[in-house]
Formats: sequence, structure tokens, C-alpha cells
Amino acid sequence: MKLLEIRGLEIHYVTDDGIFKAVNGVDLVIEEGEAVGLVGETGAGKTTTALGILRLVPSPPGKIVGGEIFFAGENLLKKSMKAMRKIRGAEISMIFQDPMTALNPTIRVGEQIAEVIKQHMNCSKTEALSRAIDMLSTVGIQPERAMEYPHQFSGGMKQRVVIAIALACQPKLLIADEPTTALDVTIQAQVLDMIHDLQQKLHTSMLLITHDLGVVAETCDKVAIMYAGEIMEYGTLDQVYNDTKHPYTKGLFASIPSLDKKAGRLQPIQGMMPNPSDLPSGCVFHPRCPRASEICKVKAASMSEVSGGHFVRCILCENGDMEGK
Amino acid sequence: MENILEVRGLKKYFEVSGGNLHAVDDVSFELKQAETLGVVGESGCGKSTLGRVVLGLLDATDGSILFEGKETARLNKNERFSLRKNMQMIFQDPYSSLDPRMCVRDIIAQPLLIYRCLNSKDEIDNRVADIMQTVGLDIRFAFSYPHELDGGRRQRVGIGRALALNPKFIVCDEPVSALDVSIQAQILNLMQDLQQEKKFSYLFITHDLSVVKHISNNIMVMYLGGVIEKCESDQLFEHPLHPYTKGLLAAIPIPVPGAKRERELLKGELSSPINPKPGCRFVNRCFCPTDLCGRQQPSLKEILPGHFVACHHVERVNDM
Repeated sequence: MKLLEIRGLEIHYVTDDGIFKAVNGVDLVIEEGEAVGLVGETGAGKTTTALGILRLVPSPPGKIVGGEIFFAGENLLKKSMKAMRKIRGAEISMIFQDPMTALNPTIRVGEQIAEVIKQHMNCSKTEALSRAIDMLSTVGIQPERAMEYPHQFSGGMKQRVVIAIALACQPKLLIADEPTTALDVTIQAQVLDMIHDLQQKLHTSMLLITHDLGVVAETCDKVAIMYAGEIMEYGTLDQVYNDTKHPYTKGLFASIPSLDKKAGRLQPIQGMMPNPSDLPSGCVFHPRCPRASEICKVKAASMSEVSGGHFVRCILCENGDMEGK
Repeated sequence: MENILEVRGLKKYFEVSGGNLHAVDDVSFELKQAETLGVVGESGCGKSTLGRVVLGLLDATDGSILFEGKETARLNKNERFSLRKNMQMIFQDPYSSLDPRMCVRDIIAQPLLIYRCLNSKDEIDNRVADIMQTVGLDIRFAFSYPHELDGGRRQRVGIGRALALNPKFIVCDEPVSALDVSIQAQILNLMQDLQQEKKFSYLFITHDLSVVKHISNNIMVMYLGGVIEKCESDQLFEHPLHPYTKGLLAAIPIPVPGAKRERELLKGELSSPINPKPGCRFVNRCFCPTDLCGRQQPSLKEILPGHFVACHHVERVNDM
């Protein structure tokens, strides 16, 4: 069953320097219990999409100008702010990138977890605190440490606390925005394993935002590749990783130094990300695309389904001559 | 080929309120011309401090650094000044390592002015234009300020500044960590091309193992200030011998679905580098520690030709 369905979401930031089109017509579906990875480079609009789902896009300058977001059958964009507050933290919760700034330095971690439980679960302060302590042991922190302050924890431990807060009310959807980017690789492995296990155990759906294709391969079922505010390719891991269609996705894979193969020259994507206030005409990727033709400069590609559940936004796939290369 | 840099028993301790922080503890290595030595480790393992001590930005507590056979600590001020011309650094963060009030031309020209290599303004302008071309920066950016450039271009400015004086040796402290993967690949290619052309030696400090494998000839793995494994790049990835290196390699997420290996995850976190206890530093996270590990610190031994490991039980761990 569809838990979250985004249709044609458009989010713009309106500033004195112009209109920054951060998200341009994103369609995305997350089924119940499914983990979807949202991959893209800095400025691709990943975080803005996530904030859009929670209606947390800072306004001004941000504005959701179009589209619909259905969560469990209801359009979130039609909800009042009061109704949204009931949903955030209880139904949909978010893990932020930087655990160092996501926690309040002046409040004990146990109380920070209890706060969200008390807010949403309608229980007493003592009960909330005891549930908070249970949550701490779920994420692998000794219960005795509940009365400590965030500065007494290491980065990996702080991120565990943030995860405990996010999962405290057993949300249906967890949005994790680069949850391990600030962590060392051995700690990252511990935290990813834990997120994956908890997600399976609690049957939570997850939207994992990252720039690391390796992280997605280990934790997600499906993956969406985002570029300049648009989803370029979407499908199961197998479809996108082993049967890559879009030239941008191919470029991303070619940019990653391989651990297995002999070192050769990397094949980076030429050029830079376009400025979101001045997006190229036609296909947004055409100035950097090795396979761009004249038509790409004028005609924007639409999403086409190349095989069951594998969507690609590229004119080459619309015409069906992708195999030419 | 000749060693351009030799480091022997280098130590750097910082005095902090809790005692002595052992940031770099007894590190030795050598680096040949036109080669790259990768230094990997997690945050707090002393890799950046090592780079700074080698460059003379921090004074060593003990040990010696020989650059082209000359001991750097014994040099007087003038000799040190001319030595630094040959040793440069590329910094991690292209946002904070460039002066926001200087334009690109001035940033790249700064080392040339300090060392008075060129006399007239025209000569400097020509040299700056050359360098900008070498690092792939369009000349129209010469009078742009850092805030007008994106991360990849800023890092190109940082690289341009480092190679303005044609150094022999460059310390690269996480030069691509702040960049997106497509830009990262462009910068790595640039650095490799420059090395081939100009015979630079790199000390390449990073936490990213796939990057270090791509660019290095030899790799040194650091843990809490000490070197725990050192060997040729491919050898390290194919046959890691130290338990920490094994755990580190197993922790890297690889972009192949279903490739999640049966792995032994490292438990716990780094212990404190302040007044470390005797014994192996990795003992609290190791999967097969013994009493000996808690008592005595293992020294770096050559287990296979050119493959050094600091572990008491390397034979047992690897069934050798």
C-alpha cells in the first residue's frame, strides 16, 4: 500500500536575486515498510523535498508552489499548521544530518527523548521518561546515561540519541537526511546497521537522503536519483545500479573510485551543477550530458517507464534507442 | 628513486588540562619523488597533525624530519624559508582556506610575491594565467572573489596557490572531502595529471578509503596517533593484516546492491588519546585481544616484504 505519494511537487525560494527553483515537479511513491534512497549532489533539492513533506520549508523565502503530497491517503499540503504539528514526530519524523546541532545542549538527553513522547503519546512525565530510557537501550546506549548532557556523548552516540527521538513514537515514515555524513566510517557502519534493523523491526517506511550510493546500496529497497530539482531515474536497486539508463546516473557511478578494480582514470561528469535561479532550457542536464543532441536543448524529457517500475527522465529512453551505445 | 622525505620516530604531544595528548606517536615513513603516500584513519587519529608537523607548521616533540637529506629542525630561519618554497599544502575546506578579501589572481600571486621569484607585474600576471590554465580555471575568474566561485573552483584556486612555486612536496589534507562526487573526480584527475607532469610527491591525508586507494602508491593506516599498518596500496586492500584495517575496510559501503558482506563490525569507539594506557591502543575494539595486548604496545614489524603491521597476533589473526 502506498504510504506516501508525492505528485508534481514544486518548491521555489523567492529572493531579491531571483526565483530559485529548488524542486521542480517531483513524483515519488513510498510503499509501507519500504526504504527509498534519494541520491543527489549538493543543491539537487533533496533536503528541500524532505522539508516540503513535513511542511517545514522556511517561509519566506521558501514556497510550495505546486503539487500534492498524500500521506496515508490525506493531502498534507491542505492541512493546518496545528494538524501538521500532530503529524511531525508522531507519524513522520526526521533525522537531521548533524547530530551536534540537532540536540539541545542544555537539556539532558533522556528528557529530550521524553519530550516528544509526552507531546504525542498523552502520558505522564514519569512514564514518558521511562519510555525514553527504553528507547535509549533500543539504540544501544546504556540507560544510565539518560541523565547526561549531549556534550558528554561522542558524535556516533549523539546520532543514536537523535534516532531514538525520531523513533520514540513509532512513526510510519522516517526521513533521514544524511544521517551518517558527519560520522566516521566504522561508526557509520554501526549506525546504518542499526537504522536498517530498527526500520525492519518497527516496519517503518524510510526516505534516506544521501549523496553516497554505497550507503543506499546497503540500506534501501529503491532509489531515486535527483538532479537540479528533478528525479532523473527511479527504480529498484537492481534496476538503477545494474541496468543504469540515465547519463547522469552513469556519470555518478563513473565518478566513484572503485575499491575492487585496478585504479584507472576516473570519468567525471564535465562542468558544474546549474544555478537553480537560471536553469538550462530543455533537459536540465543537457549542458553536462555526453549524449545530448539538439532536441535536448529545447525539449524537456518526461518520465518514461523503461521496464516494470524503472522510470527514466531522458529523451533517449522516450525514443527507445538507449541501447545504441 | 631517491627519498624526498624521511620521517623517523616523529612524536607530537599536546599539553592539555588532563595530561599529555599523544596526537602523533612514533611515526616513521619515507616518501619518494613523484609518489603518493596515503594516510588514512578516522577523525582524531592524528593524521592532520602529522601533516602539519611534517610541514613545520607545528614543532615536533621528538623525532626527525629529513627533507632531501637535510634535517628540517636544525635549519636556521633563512634556510627554513627557502625550504618551505618546496613544501606546500592543499587544505580541506576551500571555503575557509582562501582569504575572502583577495581575488583569485592575488591569492595565486601571493606566494610568488613572498618569494620574489618574479619582478614585473606582467611576469606575475603571465605566471598566474599559466597556473590558472594548468588547474583548469578559466582566466575570466582572475578578478573574482572566492565567494563568487563554487566549491570545485575554489579548490582549484587552492591547488593553484600550492603549485605556484613549483614545489617538490605537497601535503594534501582531505582535499576532496568537501566536494561532491562528480567534482571530486575532476579534482582527483587534476592532481594525478599534475603529479605525472611535474613529479610532485604527495602526502595524501584522507578518511575516504576509496579515494586513497585510487591515488596512492603506498598507504599508512593510523589509529590513535600510531601507525598500525603500512604497505603498498593494492596489497592493503587485497590482504589487510591488522584487525583494525580489516574492520575499516569491511565498514565501507560499496555501491553494489546485495554486496553487503558478511562483516565483523568494529564495536565501540576510539579511546582517549590523553595519557594513553600502555599496551595496544586498539585493544578495546579488537575482536581477539589477549593479556599481552593489554600490557605491551606492539611495534611495527615487517610481516611480508614491504608490508608492516603493528599487532602481536598478526599470524594468529590471519592464519599464517
